[in-house]
Formats: sequence, structure tokens, C-alpha cells
Amino acid sequence: MADEIRIAIAVDPDMVKARAEGRALAARLGFSRTDATLVATAISEIARNMVVHADGGEIVMTPVYDDTRYGLVVVARDSGPGIRDIPAAMQDGYGSSSGLGLGLPGARRLMDEFRIESECGKGTTVTMKKWRVRDELERLREQRSGRG
Amino acid sequence: MAVPILKQGDYLIASIQAALTDSEVLGLRDDLADQVGKFRSRGIVIDVTALDVIDSFVARSLRTIALTARLRGAETVIVGIQPDVAVAMVQFELNLEPLQTALDLEEGITVLQGATRGVDEDGR
Amino acid sequence: MERATESLPQPPLKAPEIDTSLLRELVAYLRQGRTELRDEWVRRITDAQLLGVMTADEIFSEVTAVYDNYVDALETGSVETLQAYARDLSERIIRRGVETHEVLGIVLLLRDVLARSLFVHYQDDPGFLNRILDAYEPAANRIAVTVGVSFVEERERVIREQQAAIRELSTPVLQVRDRLVILPIIGVLDSQRARQLTEQLLDAIQANRAKVVVIDITGVASIDMTVANHLVQTVKASRLMGASAIITGLSSGIAQTLVDLGVDLSMMRTVGDLQGGLEEAERLLGYRVIQDVAAASGVPPE
Repeated sequence: MADEIRIAIAVDPDMVKARAEGRALAARLGFSRTDATLVATAISEIARNMVVHADGGEIVMTPVYDDTRYGLVVVARDSGPGIRDIPAAMQDGYGSSSGLGLGLPGARRLMDEFRIESECGKGTTVTMKKWRVRDELERLREQRSGRG
Repeated sequence: MAVPILKQGDYLIASIQAALTDSEVLGLRDDLADQVGKFRSRGIVIDVTALDVIDSFVARSLRTIALTARLRGAETVIVGIQPDVAVAMVQFELNLEPLQTALDLEEGITVLQGATRGVDEDGR
Repeated sequence: MERATESLPQPPLKAPEIDTSLLRELVAYLRQGRTELRDEWVRRITDAQLLGVMTADEIFSEVTAVYDNYVDALETGSVETLQAYARDLSERIIRRGVETHEVLGIVLLLRDVLARSLFVHYQDDPGFLNRILDAYEPAANRIAVTVGVSFVEERERVIREQQAAIRELSTPVLQVRDRLVILPIIGVLDSQRARQLTEQLLDAIQANRAKVVVIDITGVASIDMTVANHLVQTVKASRLMGASAIITGLSSGIAQTLVDLGVDLSMMRTVGDLQGGLEEAERLLGYRVIQDVAAASGVPPE
């Protein structure tokens, strides 16, 4: 399987790049066009948080697979101020008065797994995963080519 | 001006050509606000066919554009939302209200013609 | 003289050194022995068990036509007529199930039958035999290639057509009328299938510029929470693309499930059966048409 993809997020155009890389990786892993867009959208939200609230950070995307499925793991790490109240941040409408909602609950709804760790003054790490089932045909093909 | 804005009679048509950076989105918002005022436009059509992702920021910006335009007497219609983008927006629970949407430019103009005569699109 | 054909340019059949009298002799011989040679060819085809899908009469008539075209091609040096015939023949026999190796087989058999017969006929004059075989062989090979290539090209064309037809049939979304599509769902609806159907429906909205979609679930026995949510999301996504959705065929069982699951039915248009749904759809479309016409003529709608 291919290696991980690391993208430094500092300015606006980096978000566009992260979205495109996420979409491309999803496509390579055989995700549907719709799923690839879900991944790209979730990455867009997380990347923006980094730029706007944390002075940038890094996004690492890794393909994974096991017996029954293919997966795409996205880890977004920053050393920003951290999120004080995570449960509140995961509610819709958080910060909506200021118009600067974090989009976290939305990103969670787009992905299959979503975890957020944050420490005030230290930074935030968001880990999100999307899976797709490996079907019989793919498993057979890989066995024949000596992998999996 | 990053996003070209065309004037078609009473309406302004903005066609987004490619994935926009955040500053380009804000630029579009300001340009449209200017032009609506300048031309006293009655409606805006924003074509997002080329956008492969519509996230919360883009949605907020589109809503802001629509609200600002309404203050100046213009209605806004978003057209060209791609199928997979539509699915993502719904799953994300991104609300575009009170923005109206239509399939393409032609439909968007039709909606504006109806709306600017004071008739609502099928009751919504 | 060789004329350019649609496919690759082909070298002429006649090599420059061959004199026309030699060719005339060859062609005359082949025409004279037509009946015998053709019958011998048919025998060889049958022995080799080729063209099994065709009846004896069919083989006979096709083989006669190929023989005549073959000799004509030798005479004129032009494969054009032969190519046209080969494509025509191929189209007929491909749908019958004749395969490429059979077509190549019978052409090579003919080449063989004719060569052997030349050998026997001119065996008393080895010098002349050599010259006539030298004239015959390249021409015969050229013809074999021409027929083989025509058949293969025709076969590929037929396969592509069939695949396109299959693709069309396997799209579950039907365009019923201008701006209206129907998605009839039958059978078990799981999460994965629901996702696929959503994708196909939204693509169809785009492709057909549909303003109304009718999702008919008459054929669906039951749905769970996940699928019910998919349904609602599909309706919302259709709206973002400017299309109204009507759900039809909602059994009381499914309706109850949806209520129990807390699905907001008020945001979906539901109609008892497909027929009613189509009428509602037309009403929606008709309403819009009136609105457009009124707008165009500058008359405010009612």
C-alpha cells in the first residue's frame, strides 16, 4: 500500500491542496465519488480550523486496510490554543453568533470515525476515518497478485 | 475580480470557475454587494458547478451574499450544485436557507423571474 | 489500382513482377473448378467442425459467396468488395455465435484447398507451378488477413453496442417525460444499495434536467432507520439540485415505521400509489409551465 501523505497547512491555498489530496487518495482506494467528496469536505473543515484558529498545522492522510475493508485515516494536528469545551464545540450552533462555528459536528457526520483531543495551550488533534468494504472480487485479485 | 460577474438585464450572474480560496470567496461577496448597488439589480445567480466541495465557510458566505443582496432589493439563487456535493451538504446538515437553489442557469433565471414578481417557488 | 479504404491502407494484391496472363490463368482455373473446389471446401469445414451453429444450407450459400468474392479479389487486386462482404457476413454470423477462430479457420482452409488443387493440376510443370504459387500465396494471405480483420472489427463493434445497451437497461432511473424521472425501488433496500440509488437518481436529475422525481417504494417490504434516513437525505439533496421529490407506494407499515423512527414526514410529499404520484408530478410541472408562460408574456400569474 502507498505511504502516508503529509501536508503542511499554513495559508489558504493549502486547504485547497489538502482537499484535492484527500479526494485523490479516496479515489485511489476505490471509494465512490460521493464518499471522496465527503472526505474532501471533512478535510476542508478541519484544515480551515487550523488556519483560522491555530496558526496552521499539519494534516497526515494514510491508507489502511484489513481483511474486510479499505480505510482512509486523516490526522490533523496543530499547536494552537486548543479547544476549552470540546462537548460544546461538538454541538451544532457552537460559536454561531460570531459566525465562526468550527464545523466539527458536521465533519463528524461525514466520516465513519471521529476523535478529537485537545489541550488548552498545547494544541488539538483530530483523527477521522472512513471505511469501505472490500468485496470478494478485490480480495481474490489481491490474493492472486500475492498481496493481502 | 477573481470571479467574473455578468450583467443580464436586471440580474447579475456570477460563475465560479474553480475551487476558491477563502479570500476569493470574500472578494466575490464584496464585488456582488457593490454591483447590486451600482446596477440596482433585482436578482443574483451564483453558479457553483465548478465547486467540488461546499463546506460551512462557503455556505456561510453564500448566505451572507444573499442577505446583503436582499437588503439592497435583490434575490439570490444558487445553481449547479453537483450531485455528490449535494449529498455532502445534506449529510453535513449544511443549511443554505434562506437561499433558493435551482439546477442550472436557465432554471435559476426562471426562479428569479417568479420570485421578483412576488410568487414563491412551489410554496417553499 | 488500390483505392484507400476506411481502415489501414493496404498493399495491392499483385506484386509488380507477376504478369497479368499468369493471374488470368489462375483466376480462370479457379472459376472453372468452382463447383468442385467449393464442395471440397465445405467438406473440409464440416470435417473440422467449424460453423456448427449454422445449417448445411446456410454454410453452402455463405461459402459460395465467399468463394466468388475471393476469386474476384484475386482478379481485381482490390479487397474493397471483399471487405464490404466480410463485414456484412460478420454481422450476420456474429449474432449467431460464430467465433473468430472459426472465421479464420475457414478462410485458411480455402487457401489450403485451392493451393493443393493448384499443386495437383500443375504438377507436370513444376516451373509453372512455382510461378503460379508465387503469384497465389501472397494474394491468398492478404485475403485471409482482410477477412479476419473485418470480422474482428465487426465483432468489437457489436460487443460495444451490446454493452451500451446493457448499461442503459441497468440504470434504475427512468425518464418518463420531459423534466420528470422515476426511480422505482424493488426488493431489499440496504444502506449500500440506498447510497447507490441516491447517486444514480441525482445523476439522472442532472442528465435529464428533471424538476420532479418520483421515488416509488411500492416494491419495498420494509425499511430500517438507516434507510429511512437515506430516503429523507435523498429528498433534500434533490431539492438542492432544484428538483421536488414525491414518494409513492408508502405502505401503511412503512409509514408507521417512519413515524416511529421520528422521521419528519411533513417535509416529504407522499402519495398513495405511483399513478397518483405521476399525476401530482404533472400537476407540479404544469403549474410551473403556466408560471413560465405568464412570466414570459408579462402577465402576472394568478
